[in-house]
Amino acid sequence: MSGNTIAAIATAPGKASLCTVRISGDDAFLICERIFKPINESKKVTEMKGYTALFGNFYRKGNEIDQAVALFFRAPKSYTGENVVEISVHGGSAVADLLLKACYEAGAKPAGAGEFTKRAFLNGKMTLTQAEGVMEMINATSAQAVSAARSALEGHLYKRAAAVRDKLLVLAGHISAYTDFPEEAVEAVTDGEVAEILADAEAELKKLMDSYDTGAKIKQGIRTAIVGRPNVGKSTLLNALSGFEKAIVTPIAGTTRDVVEQEVILGGVNLILQDTAGIRHTEDEVEAIGIRRSLDRLSGADLVFCVFDGSEPVTDEDLSLCEKCRGMSAIAIVNKQDLEQQFDRSRIEKYFKKVLFITAKDFYMSKEFENDVLSVLGIENLDVNTGIIVNERQYDAVRTAYNSVKDANYQFKMGQTLDIVGVCIDEALYAVYELTGENVSDEVVEEVFSKFCVGK
Amino acid sequence: MVLGTYDVIVVGAGHAGIEAAVASARLGAKTAIFTLTLDGIGNMPCNPALGGTAKGHLIREIDALGGCMGIAADATALQYRMLNLGKGPAVHSLRVQSDRQEYHKYMKKLLETTENLDVKQAEITDILFDDNKQVTGVITQLGTQYNCKAVVICTGTYLTGKIFVGEASYYSGPDGHHSARALSDSLRAAGIGLRRFKTGTPARVNKRSIDFSVLQEQPGDKKPVPMSFMTKGKVKNILPCHIDYTNNETHEVIRANIDRSPLYGLGTIEGIGPRYCPSLEDKVMRFSDKPRHQFFIEPCGLDTEEMYLQGLSSSLPEEVQVAFYKTIKGLENVEVMRPAYAIEYDCIDPQTLRATLEFKDYPGLYGAGQFNGTSGYEEAAAQGLIAGINAALKILGKKEFTLSRQSSYIGTLIDDLITKGVLDPYRMMTSRSEYRLYLRQDNADERLTPLGREIGLVDDERWAYYNSVIEAKNREIERIESISLGPNKLNALLAEKGLDPITSGVKAVEFLRRPQISYDDLIKVIGEGENITPFVAEKVEIYIKYDGYVKRQMEQIERTKRLESTVIPEGIDFMSMESLRTEAREKLTKIRPANVGQASRISGVSPSDVSALLMELKYRELKNKENS
Repeated sequence: MSGNTIAAIATAPGKASLCTVRISGDDAFLICERIFKPINESKKVTEMKGYTALFGNFYRKGNEIDQAVALFFRAPKSYTGENVVEISVHGGSAVADLLLKACYEAGAKPAGAGEFTKRAFLNGKMTLTQAEGVMEMINATSAQAVSAARSALEGHLYKRAAAVRDKLLVLAGHISAYTDFPEEAVEAVTDGEVAEILADAEAELKKLMDSYDTGAKIKQGIRTAIVGRPNVGKSTLLNALSGFEKAIVTPIAGTTRDVVEQEVILGGVNLILQDTAGIRHTEDEVEAIGIRRSLDRLSGADLVFCVFDGSEPVTDEDLSLCEKCRGMSAIAIVNKQDLEQQFDRSRIEKYFKKVLFITAKDFYMSKEFENDVLSVLGIENLDVNTGIIVNERQYDAVRTAYNSVKDANYQFKMGQTLDIVGVCIDEALYAVYELTGENVSDEVVEEVFSKFCVGK
Repeated sequence: MVLGTYDVIVVGAGHAGIEAAVASARLGAKTAIFTLTLDGIGNMPCNPALGGTAKGHLIREIDALGGCMGIAADATALQYRMLNLGKGPAVHSLRVQSDRQEYHKYMKKLLETTENLDVKQAEITDILFDDNKQVTGVITQLGTQYNCKAVVICTGTYLTGKIFVGEASYYSGPDGHHSARALSDSLRAAGIGLRRFKTGTPARVNKRSIDFSVLQEQPGDKKPVPMSFMTKGKVKNILPCHIDYTNNETHEVIRANIDRSPLYGLGTIEGIGPRYCPSLEDKVMRFSDKPRHQFFIEPCGLDTEEMYLQGLSSSLPEEVQVAFYKTIKGLENVEVMRPAYAIEYDCIDPQTLRATLEFKDYPGLYGAGQFNGTSGYEEAAAQGLIAGINAALKILGKKEFTLSRQSSYIGTLIDDLITKGVLDPYRMMTSRSEYRLYLRQDNADERLTPLGREIGLVDDERWAYYNSVIEAKNREIERIESISLGPNKLNALLAEKGLDPITSGVKAVEFLRRPQISYDDLIKVIGEGENITPFVAEKVEIYIKYDGYVKRQMEQIERTKRLESTVIPEGIDFMSMESLRTEAREKLTKIRPANVGQASRISGVSPSDVSALLMELKYRELKNKENS
């Protein structure tokens, strides 16, 4: 793997029937092969010629996700002038996100803004007029970047990254002094010291990495699916949460046939509420499509409100829905508390992180409800000012640093020599410095001379 | 009066000058080397030793390219030590204790017997340029002129050298050789900026005045290995070194007299000293919590009683030096022969040089060694070699020869100098190379000998021997890769090492990859291969054990190639590149990097500037194509 292969969603955001992920770079075909299996098993992805296509399925972590069409382009005959694979899947951001994640896990790096165009430019795929346009755009954006101060959010992220950097720097400096000045009285690098610093750095980087999901969610909004059997009060809940009537509410089961979306702000976090068609067996074809979409929404959601009718006993349909909520950030909402209760909560409790009892038509967004939701999301103590990762670039740098520290730790435990452990730590430092923007080799040398009495 | 005409003239016959002159002459350029005194050729004014961490790597690389230092080191060695064993092969570093007089004699003879090379005693006082700032010749202090097409300046600490000992100071080079002051004026008049750096050296003392019975001896390696790839016979240890320590009483003497230090008290030294080569007063003042500092007592040669106190540099007055030496165990009756001193000298900003070490603005003028802001014999020799090679190649009308930082420590050294510049004398360290798992001392020949052959510096003998070594290495690796071993054969060995037994067979290669198993262990089981010298054995072992890590570094190197190979046309106007930040535009204008790789390492040039620079270059290329 040459490490220069990038991937990103190439189609415009928003609703569309198709969504395309573009992979570009030396290893585009190899990465595609790792996540895509053609229906025609005799075809081998890495041997595909340019300007050809394959139909098949894409996989993430060994699980089949969805159907996909892969289009192949061989360098230099592609948009970027590199090897390119474009994988098209069904529209809807959840599926495309999974595909993109699968690409990253298979070795692709997130593409920076305008990076496909940049590569096309550098590989001579543009005329002078096009190139002039691109240069103008770059000049405009770099002027903007210069004037835009770093956001508070980034500032805090840098602070956290700098804390990890300082720890690693102390260790790298000590290893360097110890190996570059073997005839000096530099104390030996001890096992305990290496183990402790690496473990600390690994844990902190992991936390930073985990903050990415939260960061991305906060930035993009938390996809919140409201699901339940027909007529349990899903649309009433949506309207109560959003404060006005967006979904049409009727007592007729099956009223909501498609997905209705509404953004609300809860505890400083954006929830994208997705009211869905009631889930039941149906003969109505249109309704069936709606139900299928509901289930899609459920599986791609960051948060689930699973609504039940408290005035009725738990049904088999309720239970099959519960099964789908297992393991997700899901809250059971038992509605219609104003009516006589027949609902046995003990049958559903184990599927959910929280069970709430409400009457949707009188419901309003209380502080208590806010806290319940945030705690289910695991962000009740979230202070955005502690510094979190908000973009792919930052995530990539932190992930590289994390992997290098983990590797250093592993090599060290395996009994490998300090030179190898040291190079892994350097790699981690390079990645952290990508976030903070300094020059690593000089920093290590500075550290050596400021802390150690070395020299002939 | 013009007394001669040369292709290349080398000014100074220290470690940089020797490599420059010999390389230039061997490549076929008519060369002359000038020195203040023929008795100072290849002098070691500081440590009587060569190599050490990263410096040992440099010597192996110089040797692999066909340079002189490694062979001379083996010919005059008193003791060999491979440092850092146990810390991994990337940082193994060979250090040789040298017989200082023998080294000088060896190098003098080498210069005298090199074809195409004239050796002359004279002080160069002027360098001559034509209207295009092209070098045309030199003038000596006797008024004699020699014409030439290229000059390599290797003036070391002699260029307006000034010695400091306590309140005393005077213009002088090391060891009683005089200071070259007129040349500084000539360079300044030509418009070349000079700055002051300083360094220091400890005292030489008489061996008979030291009580060795109370000191710890430091012997050489049990199985010493040579410095040069070409030294085929066994090398041996002749003299030991000794380890000693300062104590609180020593530090008291220094603290009581610190106001008499030219650096701390008197403030008479303006030059910037190296951080890694602190004087004892530096160590005492900066690390006051340390109760003692270790130092080494090293022999200067077989035919002399002079001993070198490595680690006790000082510029305190002579009587203070004597007082603090006498507080040290074993030195109570010490007899000082040459007192320690600090020395200040003129040097340039290496950012004004190209990767060939030619001045960007003065065609035909090259610099190497301390003149370029470095420190150390090995750093000097490495630059001398590159400068000498390029001076000759240019005059012979051949393609220039540069080494990337991905290829070698030499390349890393020069890249650091020309892209980052220096604030104090630069010392090579393994941690300066991001590719150190690949840039090892054991494979310097594999990395560089083919390149040396290409330019014509590697002779037939070295080339044939190199090929036989590589053949033996490959054959042995193939043999090991073809062998599988059953548990019976291995469990005795594993038990001996206190490791768990195995139950199923294992490939010999996999077995050797275990950190606890060495090549020597393996051949006890599988028998010896053909033509396996200790060198070859080391190569095979490291190749098999570290191949995975090396491949990872090779991939990183591969990724940098695009930047390194994107040439920035000379004379390009960086200030008009609007997509770069102002700071980056200014830095690029000042340093004028030759490719985008160099540009990316200049401080103040961010990754986004690099990306924008690539686009700007492509855009200009497109525009030029359209216009032509």
